[in-house]
Amino acid sequence: MIAHAIFFYIFSIIAIVSAIMVTASKNTVHSVFFLILDFISISCLFIMIGAEFLGMIMLIVYVGAVAVLFLFVVMMLNVAQQKNQWFLSKTSSRHIPIGLIISSIIFFELIIVVGGWKYKPDLINSSNTSLNNEISNTHSLGQVLYTDYIHIFQISGMILLIAMIGAIVLTFRQREGVKKQSYIKQISRERSEGVEVIEVASNKGVRIDD
Amino acid sequence: MDYLNIIFQEVYKILFLLVPVLVSVAMIVWLDRRVWAFVQKRQGPNVVGPFGLLQSLADALKYIFKEIIIPASSNKVIFILAPIITMTLALIAWAVIPFSESQVLANINVGILYIFAVSSLGVYGIIMGGWASNSKYPFLGSIRSAAQMVSYEVSIGIIIINVLLCVGSLNLNDIVLAQQNIWFIIPLFPMFVIYFISALAETNRPPFDLPEAEAELVAGYQTEYSGMMYAMFWLGEYANILLMCALGAILFLGGWLSPIDLYPFNLIPGALWLIFKILLLFILFALVKAIVPRYRYDQLMRLGWKIFLPLSLTYVILTASYLFYFNLLPTI
Repeated sequence: MIAHAIFFYIFSIIAIVSAIMVTASKNTVHSVFFLILDFISISCLFIMIGAEFLGMIMLIVYVGAVAVLFLFVVMMLNVAQQKNQWFLSKTSSRHIPIGLIISSIIFFELIIVVGGWKYKPDLINSSNTSLNNEISNTHSLGQVLYTDYIHIFQISGMILLIAMIGAIVLTFRQREGVKKQSYIKQISRERSEGVEVIEVASNKGVRIDD
Repeated sequence: MDYLNIIFQEVYKILFLLVPVLVSVAMIVWLDRRVWAFVQKRQGPNVVGPFGLLQSLADALKYIFKEIIIPASSNKVIFILAPIITMTLALIAWAVIPFSESQVLANINVGILYIFAVSSLGVYGIIMGGWASNSKYPFLGSIRSAAQMVSYEVSIGIIIINVLLCVGSLNLNDIVLAQQNIWFIIPLFPMFVIYFISALAETNRPPFDLPEAEAELVAGYQTEYSGMMYAMFWLGEYANILLMCALGAILFLGGWLSPIDLYPFNLIPGALWLIFKILLLFILFALVKAIVPRYRYDQLMRLGWKIFLPLSLTYVILTASYLFYFNLLPTI
């Protein structure tokens, strides 16, 4: 148990310190790297409480895909160097009230979730499917997700789909005058369309533009 | 004392796994160059040692004694971290590969997800190296590589879902044992082909080696690296290729199972069968490198998103409906 506790404290300290460094570091790319470190240590914590499926999904989705896109955007936008720290500059201190409101809302939500868990422990057992310790948590997660919460699951899938379509619609634009390759056109080209034999009369030349 | 004992045992096991992996990475580089040479009617490395077998060791020795040059305008910490991350991630994934029913370092429940997660982290070594070098060619190479690896991971993930539908477990040993009757390469042959091509793209092998295309980008993300740090990128890359071959062998070729469960064949230990299958897949990788010309970048993206993704998704639906209709879905 001592080793367990030591590892727990190591990972949680890394998680908290890197979460602070995300906002405190001057370089935006460094912030993203600290965010990745934060994700990794949190997935380690997930694995430590025995939720290995969630931990691995956390690694695959957040670190393997989402953070790559973050890094992509930050590198492309060339906002690498921030001149001022957030707590020093005057322009960004305007955003502090909004930030405080949002963070307090998230904090209260967390209190509601954790509090409900604490004061009504039978909430966990309210599921219709019986869970036991014999099956792996991948199986038990699937059993709960696809029976009790199937509608919520489907709705969140629909929301994600709509968000994806929205992002595509907003960023997609058809530009005029761009030459695009069409594979079908290229393959279905025949000799008669491509090559033409012309008798060139001397001193006359040929018009080729039509 | 108990703790120390356990730690010593684990370290011993890890060394027993890692040293063979590193030696085989060195050998596989030699094999790659030899196969490449033979396809093009050349000799390849054949001077150092018998058949040139010691060529990779000589190369490694050369890299160790070379000077490590760190560009003055680079981001030094990340510049040094990048090859270390590539190498570490390529090696830690081997922890869950089963060499026989009992010969596996960590027989965890979510083995396949672990390998998938580690291989999706591999992109960071490349992005960090390219960004920290603070010059144009490495940066372009790392951007290309990030986009490429993220796109092909999607199709590999969906192919893995196909296999998992037939197995009903995320444990690698269960996946191998589920193939006792029939290897998954037979019912899922199209998925095997797509897996093979996606693995080529995932490990930046030709014909998808756009991130290090020497005609356009010098050496891509490795341009500024030298000496041992370059060698670490190189070792990590080949360890990753071997890992992808091992994953292909486990998912489709029955892992450590012998092809026929009969007398002379099942005497051969499972580890040898797995190594044999990995080598077979690797020789295919090497042949592809020698035969096929490099893809253009937009064609690469088109192949990943517009062909492989719909195809593998359709096959997921097909597999699931087939298993459901004939009541073959695995139970817990």
